[in-house]
Amino acid sequence: MHIAAIKAAFPHTLPIMAGFLFLGASYGVLMASKGFSFLFPMMTSLFVFAGSMEFALANLLLGAFAPLEAVFMALVINARHIFYGISMLDKYRAMGIKKLYLIFALCDETFSVVYQVEPPEGVDRGLFSLYISILDHSYWVIGATLGGIFGSLIPLGIKGIDFAMTALFVVILLEQILAGVKNLPSVLIGLLTSLCALLIFGPSDFLIPAMAFMLLALTALRRPIDSLMRKKGRDVS
Amino acid sequence: MNLLEMIVMIALVALTTMATRFAPFIIFKSDKAPPKFLGYLGRALPPAVFGMLVVYCLKSVSLLAFPFGLPELIGVVVVVCLHLIFRKMLVSIIGGTGVYLVLVNLVLI
Repeated sequence: MHIAAIKAAFPHTLPIMAGFLFLGASYGVLMASKGFSFLFPMMTSLFVFAGSMEFALANLLLGAFAPLEAVFMALVINARHIFYGISMLDKYRAMGIKKLYLIFALCDETFSVVYQVEPPEGVDRGLFSLYISILDHSYWVIGATLGGIFGSLIPLGIKGIDFAMTALFVVILLEQILAGVKNLPSVLIGLLTSLCALLIFGPSDFLIPAMAFMLLALTALRRPIDSLMRKKGRDVS
Repeated sequence: MNLLEMIVMIALVALTTMATRFAPFIIFKSDKAPPKFLGYLGRALPPAVFGMLVVYCLKSVSLLAFPFGLPELIGVVVVVCLHLIFRKMLVSIIGGTGVYLVLVNLVLI
């Protein structure tokens, strides 16, 4: 049962393997260049497992002891995870003890795959999601640890491998669009509110405003969107 | 900062991150029927969130300086075209990333 789940899960993690090994190694190399032992990138990758926050943490750790700033920054950068949780409430409902780890490891990339990809016939959704989560988590920890150990010895000369992550999200966004008209209003709202927030607030501060705009728009247009989603939803399922 | 203070900082970041991931599951326990609005959000949010994630990935691309976001634009177009033709996730991602890598490392440098 486990073997079948791993076999089904692994191919879906390949793009994430490329992206996470590379990004994780970049993070480890960055930590090493700032004088940290490899244990730091290893432990933060293991326990924080939120890429952009870990990069930000590298700078925080070099400054003065500022616990409130650390909490605030983590909230701002990671608040988007709340949306992933809301989206997975149903799919992760009856997962037993696995649920704790599944929620803990719900990063952007893992969320995208476990939300979008249906496990093949005969493979348990819980195990399928579990192995996708474990594999993604391991890639990140392995990348960060190796980067921390070998530092600048690791040749990271080729730039841009992390585009695999962008490509992953583009594919899943496209799948949302191909799934039918029912998703179109949401897709447009997501793109437009994020772009507006980006133009107004700039790249480092746009996430929270984008989330707020998105919630406002989805709330304001609830009636038409919901009836569209319910109507078309029946056709598909 | 001494080692203990660093560990406290890392632990706080880890706990805050976990809080953002666990919050919806803790607030909306499964034994009660979730509020209708939440059910709506569960359906309507994901397509919007994937839009946000694409923007998030491309947030630092500058359209005003060389290479004007061209590698990203071409990469995304290749991903979309491959996906419309083959509808195979891996093919689209590997193809698009490959083209992007060639562009940023060999062509538009």
